[in-house]
Amino acid sequence: MKTFKMGGIHPEECKFSAGKKTEVISLPKQVVIPLRHYSGKPSIPEVAKGDMVKVGQLIGRADGFVSANVHSSVSGKVVKIDNALDAFGYKNPAVFIDVIGDDWLETIDLTPKVKRTCDLESSEIIKKIAESGIVGLGGATFPTHVKLSVPAGKKAEVLIINGAECEPYLTCDHQLMLEKGEEIIIGITILMKAIQVKRALVGIEANKPDAILNIEKWAKTVEGVEVIPLKVKYPQGSEKQLIQALTGREVPSGGLPIDVGAIVQNVATTFAVYEAVQKNKPLIERVITVTGKSVPEPGNYWVRVGTPLSHVVEKTGGIPEDTGKIVAGGPMMGRALPNLEISVAKGTAAVLFIPSSESGRGKVQNCIRCAKCVFHCPMGLEPYLLMNRSEKNLLDELEQNRVMDCIECGSCSYVCPSNRPLVDYIRYGKLKVGELIRSRKVQQL
Amino acid sequence: MNKLVVSPSPHVHSGNSIQKEMKSVLIALIPAYLVALYYFGVGALIVSVTSVLSCVLFEYLIQNFILKGEKTITDCSAIVTGLLLAFNLPSNLPIWIVIIGALVAIGVGKMSFGGLGNNPFNPALVGRVFLLISFPVQMTSWPRPIPFNPAYMDAETSATALTALKEHLENIPSALDMFIGNMGGSMGEVSTLALLLGFAYLLYRRTISWHIPITILSTVFVMTGIFYLVDPQTYASPLVHLMTGGLMLGAIFMATDFVTSPMTKRGMFVYGIGIGVITVVIRLFGSYPEGVSFAILIMNAFTPLINTYIKPKRFGEVRKK
Amino acid sequence: MNLILVSVLSLGGIGAVSAIILYFISQKFQVEEDSRIEEVEAALPGANCGGCGFPGCRAFAAACVKADSLENLACPVGGMPTMEKVANILGKTAMPVEPLIAVVRCGGSCEHRERTNRYDGVKSCAIVHNLYGGETDCSWGCLGYGDCENSCTFDAIHINPITLLPEVDEEKCTACGACVKACPKNIIQLRKKGHKSRRIYVNCVNQDKGAVNKKVCDVACIGCSKCFNVCAYDAISIHNNLAYIDDKKCTLCRKCVEVCPTNSILELNFPPRKPKVEETSNVVLNG
Ligand code: SF4
Ligand code: SF4
Repeated sequence: MKTFKMGGIHPEECKFSAGKKTEVISLPKQVVIPLRHYSGKPSIPEVAKGDMVKVGQLIGRADGFVSANVHSSVSGKVVKIDNALDAFGYKNPAVFIDVIGDDWLETIDLTPKVKRTCDLESSEIIKKIAESGIVGLGGATFPTHVKLSVPAGKKAEVLIINGAECEPYLTCDHQLMLEKGEEIIIGITILMKAIQVKRALVGIEANKPDAILNIEKWAKTVEGVEVIPLKVKYPQGSEKQLIQALTGREVPSGGLPIDVGAIVQNVATTFAVYEAVQKNKPLIERVITVTGKSVPEPGNYWVRVGTPLSHVVEKTGGIPEDTGKIVAGGPMMGRALPNLEISVAKGTAAVLFIPSSESGRGKVQNCIRCAKCVFHCPMGLEPYLLMNRSEKNLLDELEQNRVMDCIECGSCSYVCPSNRPLVDYIRYGKLKVGELIRSRKVQQL
Repeated sequence: MNKLVVSPSPHVHSGNSIQKEMKSVLIALIPAYLVALYYFGVGALIVSVTSVLSCVLFEYLIQNFILKGEKTITDCSAIVTGLLLAFNLPSNLPIWIVIIGALVAIGVGKMSFGGLGNNPFNPALVGRVFLLISFPVQMTSWPRPIPFNPAYMDAETSATALTALKEHLENIPSALDMFIGNMGGSMGEVSTLALLLGFAYLLYRRTISWHIPITILSTVFVMTGIFYLVDPQTYASPLVHLMTGGLMLGAIFMATDFVTSPMTKRGMFVYGIGIGVITVVIRLFGSYPEGVSFAILIMNAFTPLINTYIKPKRFGEVRKK
Repeated sequence: MNLILVSVLSLGGIGAVSAIILYFISQKFQVEEDSRIEEVEAALPGANCGGCGFPGCRAFAAACVKADSLENLACPVGGMPTMEKVANILGKTAMPVEPLIAVVRCGGSCEHRERTNRYDGVKSCAIVHNLYGGETDCSWGCLGYGDCENSCTFDAIHINPITLLPEVDEEKCTACGACVKACPKNIIQLRKKGHKSRRIYVNCVNQDKGAVNKKVCDVACIGCSKCFNVCAYDAISIHNNLAYIDDKKCTLCRKCVEVCPTNSILELNFPPRKPKVEETSNVVLNG
């Protein structure tokens, strides 16, 4: 079975909520819709205090290139536009809306019928996607239309669909593939049309045989889409690793997937593209997994963007007794939350409860140079060295040792027998080296 | 509810720890230890217990009274050092020499550099080589293997196969004896079979990777093989070389010591080849019959250099044409 | 005998040849250097702290020798006396420099600012800052992991284990600015040391709205403008819900300290006031 070549780990899978039918969570009293979804600039608010809004109405307009539109996920009245804590740990502008009824814009097609044909041109599709505020739902939340715009001089050859879901615990993509197989395949054909390629590869890890079967079944109805089962290994869902696993090509250091002719999209994003293009529905809701070892009923839920996590948690059984840590996203790359007043953003894939017995970190000991981190790094780096140099602020050496290649997957910290906080330091080193590189560029200008 | 914990990702850990790694090394040493107890009897027991106890004691004392640093005695690394040291000693060695060896191994080889993780040389080998140079006679008179031998220091001695080779003696043990360990030698090194079992376990637990042992063994095999083909009269067959002396023990347990071996696969190849070549050169042309310990120590010294210059294969390395 | 002679001669010969080669090389590659650089460097404190903006004392000495006047060149560690010595050596005039000191602008001690979550990870402000807003709900204030303490070469700033805030040792602080650079929250600032070390400053950097930050910290500046209105010297400005006292304009009249409803304006090293003003909850950081 295919997989990427170097490094990687296989953490305990813990997919408790696999196969749990998605349920819809009732609307909260108030939603707080962040105007910034992790990466890029916050969008500019299009509404003012006191305005009445409908579901799907534009409330934030993209500002600049790396930014995306934001739409209201509920109908009601805008109470204020203010800073709110997001999963990033800082306060960023957000729109507070009091929910009144559930009144959708008329332009949105709410019929359950699947619409198969799409006669839009490539540029029209991308424009539609940009208007609908679609961002990558796999975690990095990079605006999708930016990713789809192939830069001049480059040519896309293959579309890669990420259904790997390599993070432990998460099942939202899995469930989506089971329930919305047809829509996802149509979404794929739309994306193929958008970037003008004839071939699409869907990579799904082998621990989801039912999803593989379902997507394969629907893939037969269209041309050029191939489903490839992958060996279970983390971080398979990382762009570069997935491209290598599926096509054998290596994205050069410092390069982008398009450098090897590939464009990667997540399955959830693909579904959102289908809805935007065929049903005219902007990105206002997503599936999230609520899970954890101590959660009595782990499950997958449709949640409107902006719903406070406290509401989600309340509707799904409350906080388990001995919770020590709450993570937005998966355990390997998710972010620990300081409280539950944070609302669901477009990129929030899960709420994960970690019992207090597992929430702390082990005692840090000397590096025993066991080389486990080096062997498991999927990027072929030397984490022990990078950590040491970050600690000492030796930026030149860090750069020479390719700290910027690190994808922050956390495999190194995961395997280290001495519990060394490798990624923490490497992330810091990346930040510093990034600043250095930028200042150098500025000097050159 | 308690305060929520916030920390950077990842939020899960493999649960691996230094202690666990050391324990798997200890488990992997069990077969060879049993063989040692079988053939060398009481002597093996006395030497190994003395060595382990004194290593642990010295580490404890030094950490508590001299370094006053963090106490890491529970990580079991001193036990591993003690046992490996004992494996490298003849089982009829007087207790006081064993204690001196342990002191040098822990005191000089390990703690003087700041404890586990900072020592450039394999501590057990430092102890062993120190003893070999200081007490050459005691260190090279190995007892003859007798099942459940009750004698300790007065055990009958015999030459090892390597000494026999060096001096062109005829009484080389049979291949089967060498394989299961029925020959004279340091207590832990005799049984190739038991050591290979340990190797298999370490690989299964992924405590070590195969790169270093396999490179060393194949280098030795190829080199001695060439000499054997050229002149089978003077040189022993490569299989004899593989199964005698401390090569198996050295390649599997001593050269793969985490702290003193290189960090990358490519580096491990270089390191392994280096050890193999030096071992063969010492064995065939040097004045000592055995050279594994020296070879490993010499390559230990090169490890930092290897780590600096030999980098792993990076993902997306731009190939220059 | 012969053997000894041969070895002595050959070794001596090698030595002589090497000496000659070395001599020529040193002649050839000699760098003409102004001897005054050496002299100036000797007059400097030799701390190599970088407080002057140059990478070490020697670079600073070279800059002093090269510059036409000593304007904008100052060694914060040695202060005026050192600069005068340097000026003497070079026959230039030293520019008067105001002595500065590092000031920590956060009063959110454990008592005033509740910790609402627990951070478990590397104890480094830079890393925590990169991750999230910190253990308290104030994402502006001091994190308390002591990057400033680690950056200080003069042992002049320490985290107080009770308040978990850094305190500056006035005797030792040379205003080299290392801590200012180290603090990811930009809390530390170099300010005028002031007459008799007296200083007044707003002990807060929180730019959230008053209603928000009042909830998270008892001594936060809420941007109420009371101090702004009372200041007769136009020294106080308010931006983004935060007051700032300009140390160049401030006359140390202490009026603002009295009116601040949250006690977030701090006065240092003043004699005690007449008893009518209550001054109990104001934590004075004298370090
Ligand atoms: S986090 Fe970075 S250094 Fe660590 S394993 Fe992943 S890519 Fe390698
Ligand atoms: S895994 Fe940990 S102990 Fe092993 S080499 Fe890397 S940092 Fe050191």
